[in-house]
Amino acid sequence: MKLLRDTWLVFGRYFWIFIHNPAWVVIGVVQPLLYLILFAPLLKTIQSAPGFPKGGAYNVFVPGLLVQLGLFGAAGVGFSLIAELRMGVIERLRVTSVCRIALLLGRALRDVMSILVQSLILILLALPFGLSINVIGVVVVLALIALIGLLTASVAYTVALWTRSENSYAPIIFTATLPILLLSGVLLPLTLAPQWLRNIAAANPLSYAVDAARAVFLAHLGDPSVVKGVAIMAVLCFISIVIGARAFGRAVA
Amino acid sequence: MGVGVVEAAIETHGLRRVFKTRKQVVEAVVGVDLTVRTGEIFGFLGPNGAGKTTTLRMLATLLPPSGGKARVAGCDLLTQPDRVRKRIGYVSQAGGSDYEVNGRFELTFQCRLYGMTRDAAAKRAAEIIEMLELEICADRPVKTYSGGQKRRLDIGLGLVHNPQLLFLDEPTTGLDPQSRARVWDEVRRMHDRGTTVFLTTHYLDEADALCDRIAIIDYGKIVAEGTPEELKRAVSGDVVTLTVAGPAKAALDVLEGQAYVREASIEEGSVRLYVDRGEVAMPAILRQLDAAGLQLLTIGLHRPSLDDVFLRKTGRSLREVAA
Repeated sequence: MKLLRDTWLVFGRYFWIFIHNPAWVVIGVVQPLLYLILFAPLLKTIQSAPGFPKGGAYNVFVPGLLVQLGLFGAAGVGFSLIAELRMGVIERLRVTSVCRIALLLGRALRDVMSILVQSLILILLALPFGLSINVIGVVVVLALIALIGLLTASVAYTVALWTRSENSYAPIIFTATLPILLLSGVLLPLTLAPQWLRNIAAANPLSYAVDAARAVFLAHLGDPSVVKGVAIMAVLCFISIVIGARAFGRAVA
Repeated sequence: MGVGVVEAAIETHGLRRVFKTRKQVVEAVVGVDLTVRTGEIFGFLGPNGAGKTTTLRMLATLLPPSGGKARVAGCDLLTQPDRVRKRIGYVSQAGGSDYEVNGRFELTFQCRLYGMTRDAAAKRAAEIIEMLELEICADRPVKTYSGGQKRRLDIGLGLVHNPQLLFLDEPTTGLDPQSRARVWDEVRRMHDRGTTVFLTTHYLDEADALCDRIAIIDYGKIVAEGTPEELKRAVSGDVVTLTVAGPAKAALDVLEGQAYVREASIEEGSVRLYVDRGEVAMPAILRQLDAAGLQLLTIGLHRPSLDDVFLRKTGRSLREVAA
């Protein structure tokens, strides 16, 4: 009960701060729009290339875009935490009897919420371009994106608590996210890739999430890759939250 | 709490903290034995890096001790940190409010964290705002606050749940004299309401003016503890400071061996003497300097200050190390 209440309170705090900053809200809406307008048209010509999956450019491209949104949308959240560490906000919260898991979960869920809103906007905007998906598919894919966001946010906050400085946090996060993203087949499907690249990608958990998202968009909801992708993300999510909550509970000088 | 006996607000035995880095092991707090009585204003005095903040952060449940025991606000620090947290308030040097949001939001949120309902939180936030006279800035972002307003808000955040014990880490550092006086007033008002206040400072006048009792910490160890008066009395006798034309060392050499001088040193170019009786020592000093051909520029006689206490206990002046 206390965990739920505290998580809700912490979520409320960061939600309030978020909606009182119009710049972030505008960026949140504009970003998915830019992807669709400036990048998707390129796919029209490429979809006839050998090896390109069936289902049409948008049904291949949008799932990847959503996964990318989940990853990049949460990778930078540590910056705000570092600023708060400096202002003494986190220390102040840690002296109260608030649940340490709630300190992590509340703010990570706020991040997930804005990722989900962006994802939904993206899906809706892509519909007139030729994306096809049913309601259950949307629910499943949003759940998957939520897990990716939660996982990334937990890891990002943990790294922020460990490094405590933007100058160490930024290189670590950006050096890690780029190969993870490229090796997941987000931008172009890995079916186009040579075998050695596919072998490396098999070790990347995010590639299973991308496979799952694509299967959903091809209306293969019962496909084993969907269960596999969601399960892998859920397990990693759980682990990262446990580690992140411990980092919040431990000394932050 | 026993019948008739009020338990100490803080009691520590051999509290230690070691920081390990890749290259070295730093003993920040070597072993602190402290007793803070319920209801008093207790000052923790020492130069920067002496272990003040580390001790405070251990007592406020933020940092696990490397060794030792402590009871804080009637609960065991190591086994009942959650119960300690409910009973204490803590205001760090950095403060603790987010610059981007307004003060009322921070206060209300803090109340909610302590379990208050939405209405109760709003009411309590308004009370704190009135009590600390923050009405004019309560609904503005914290980044627009003056130093004094910000500090009062931070103190308010530590007070929302009416803690029985409040920790203040250097509450007046960086404040102008007026804001400083206001913070002192607030601390005294908390004291009048029965709150125990534990504050750190490196200002001697602050410890002297505000605190019922003080402890002096240096290199992670308590070197003196008592009321300011007791500590000053322990440095018995008077202090004579004087300057001469030419090197102070020459005057020191002349005076150091005299029977009436208990201790002599040079501080910032002037000679500082601890003497048993100032009125006896003064004429003798004048005679001896005259005989040595040293021209006296200034001479002063005063009662020992807390700085003298610090100097006697550590061999260094607090003003010097704090600078």
